Amino acid sequence: MIPEHARAAGTPRAAELRVSSLHFATDGRTLLHGVDLTAAPGETVAVVGPNGSGKTTLLRCVHGALRPTGGRVLLDGRDAGALSVKERARRVAVVPQDAGGVPGLAVHEVVAMGRSPYKRFWEPDGRDDAHRVAEALRTVGAAELAGRRFDELSGGERQRALVARALVQDPGLLALDEPTNHLDIRHQLAVLRLVRDLPATVLLVLHDLNLAASFCDRLYVLHEGRVVADGAPAEVLTEALLREVYGVRAHVSPHPTTGAPNVVYLP
Amino acid sequence: MAEAGDRAGAVAGAGNGPGAGPGTAAGAGPGAATGRRSVAAVLLVLGLALAAALVAGLALGPVRIAPGRVFAVVLGGERGGPLATIVWEVRMPRVLLGAVVGAGLAVCGAVLQALVRNQLADPFLLGASSGASAGAVLVLVLGAGAGLAGLTLPAAAFGGALAALVAVYAMARRGGTMTGQRLILAGVAVQYVLSALTSLVLVLAAKADQLRSVMFWTLGGLGGARWSELALPAAALAVGTGLLLALARPLDLLLTGEEDARTLGLDTGRFRAAVFVLTSLVVGVLVAYSGAIGFVGLMAPHAARIVVGAGHRALLPVAALGGAVFLTVADLLARTVAAPEEIPVGVVTALVGGPFFLWMLRRTTRIEGVTT
Repeated sequence: MIPEHARAAGTPRAAELRVSSLHFATDGRTLLHGVDLTAAPGETVAVVGPNGSGKTTLLRCVHGALRPTGGRVLLDGRDAGALSVKERARRVAVVPQDAGGVPGLAVHEVVAMGRSPYKRFWEPDGRDDAHRVAEALRTVGAAELAGRRFDELSGGERQRALVARALVQDPGLLALDEPTNHLDIRHQLAVLRLVRDLPATVLLVLHDLNLAASFCDRLYVLHEGRVVADGAPAEVLTEALLREVYGVRAHVSPHPTTGAPNVVYLP
Repeated sequence: MAEAGDRAGAVAGAGNGPGAGPGTAAGAGPGAATGRRSVAAVLLVLGLALAAALVAGLALGPVRIAPGRVFAVVLGGERGGPLATIVWEVRMPRVLLGAVVGAGLAVCGAVLQALVRNQLADPFLLGASSGASAGAVLVLVLGAGAGLAGLTLPAAAFGGALAALVAVYAMARRGGTMTGQRLILAGVAVQYVLSALTSLVLVLAAKADQLRSVMFWTLGGLGGARWSELALPAAALAVGTGLLLALARPLDLLLTGEEDARTLGLDTGRFRAAVFVLTSLVVGVLVAYSGAIGFVGLMAPHAARIVVGAGHRALLPVAALGGAVFLTVADLLARTVAAPEEIPVGVVTALVGGPFFLWMLRRTTRIEGVTT
C-alpha cells in the first residue's frame, strides 16, 4: 500500500466542492433539508450519521446519480448539474456501496472501465490504460486478482477492485459510500490511508466514528436530513452529540497514541 | 446446469492463468493478450463450422449433391446444368439468408440483453420480431408493400419492431425500477398481442392468398429467399454489427448498472435510445425477409458468453458466428427432417430453444438469489 503509486498515476488537480442549501425530496418525503457542505481541494471529509439520516442521498446528489430538488452542487465553482455526464465523470469518481456483480467480466476489464470518461465510444484501451489498471490494482493490494472473474470475488475483494477502478478514473473528487463495509480491519485501514493520501479531494460516508476521526480532516454529522454539526473530529465528536443524534451513551477522550478523539460506547 | 457454470469458470481460469499470476509485472496486460488469442481461436473454429454448415446446406435436400460437386460449382464456377441451378439459384440464397439472419438476431439478442440488463431478453421475447411482423403485414395488406423500391416493407417492419420494444421497455419500467419478471411478462404479452394481430389481419385480408402465410410471419421461414432480396438483410447485418461492435465499450458499461454506468461517463438514457433504434432497424429488416424466428437471439449470445465472457468486443463476433451456424443448421433440419414436408424454421429453433429458455430461467433465478 504505497500512496506514491497513486501520485505517479498523474491525478489531476483536486476539486473544490461546495454544496449549498441542498434539498432532496422523493415520493413526498424530504430526505435532505438544505444541506451545506464544503470540501477544500485535497481535503478528506467524512459524512457520518445514523441510518436513514440522508448520508447516501447526499453523496448521490454530489456525484450526480440523483438530481437535487433544490440547492446547488458546485465543482470548482461550476454548477455540477450543468456538466455533461462525461465531463462530470472525469472530475468525480464513485466507489458505490453495493458492488453488484458484473457477470462474466474479468477484474481487469471492470477496473479498465474507469478509463471510459477519457475515451471515445469506439476507442479501445491502449498500453497506457493497461499500465494504469495494473498499477491501480497493485495500489489497492489486488494485483493477483487481475485475471479473476469479478462476480466470483468476495465482497471485500470487489470493493478493492472498485477503488482501483475509481483510481484509474483520475478524479478530482473521489466519493466513497461506506468503503470499509466488507473489508477486514487491515484492508479498512489500508483503503482509508490510501484515499486520505490521494491528492484528490475525498468525500466519504462512514459508519465507524473512530475511523472517521482518525483519517478525516473534517466531519459532517447528518441527522434527519440536516447537518447538525461539522468541523474537525475533536470539535464534532462529543458525548452530548452522540447522545442526541445516535441516542447512545459513550465516552470520548483523546486517544493517547494518535491524539484523535476516541469513542468508547458504554453498554 | 451447475456443470456449465463450472466449466465456464474453468475455461476463463485456464485462459487467464499463465499471464496473470501473482507478481506479474503488468497483471492486466498478459491476461488480456491470452484472452484475445483464445477469442481468435474460437472465431476460427466457428468460422470453419459455418463453412461446413453452409456446404451441408448446399449439398442436402431432395437432390443430394456430393460436397465435391458443391465445391466444383461454388469455387470452380461450374454454371451450366441442373446441379448448378440447384446450388446457385435454389439453395445458395437460402443458406446465405439463414446465416445472415442467424448472425443478426444473435447480435441483437446480445445487445438487448445488455440494454435491459436481463439474461432472458431476445428480439423475439421482447416483442421486437412480432412487432416487425405486424408492421410488415399491415403495409402488405394496405397494399403499400411494393412502394419506394421495396423499402416500405422493411421500413414498416422497423417501425413495428421499435414500437414494440419501446412499449415493452416503458411498461417494464413503470414505477421506476425494472424487474426481470416485469420485463419478460411485458415482452411476452406484447409478443402475443402482436402475433395475434398479425394472424387476424392475414386471415381477414381479402387477398390473403397473395400474401405470405401466417406461419411465415409468426414462426419464420427462409424458403422465399432470392438473390435479389439478400442485399438489404446483408447490409443491415454488416452495418448494424459494425456499429454495435464500435459501441462495445458503452455496452460493457451498461453491465455495471444504470448508476455506475453514469458515474463512468455514459449518458445511459441517450445511449439506450440510440441502441434501441439501431437494434430495431436490424431486427426489422431481417424479419421483413425471414419472418419472426425465435430463440436464436437468446441462445447464441448465452453460448458465446459461456465461452468468451461478457465483454462485447469478443462477445458480438462470437455470438454472430454462433447464431449463423445455429440458424443454418436449424433451417437444414427444417427442410430435410420431414421432407418433402417443410417444417417452419421457427418450430425447429423453438424445439431447441424452449427447453434452453426454461433452463436459463431456473439458472438465472438462482444467480439473482445469490447476488442480491
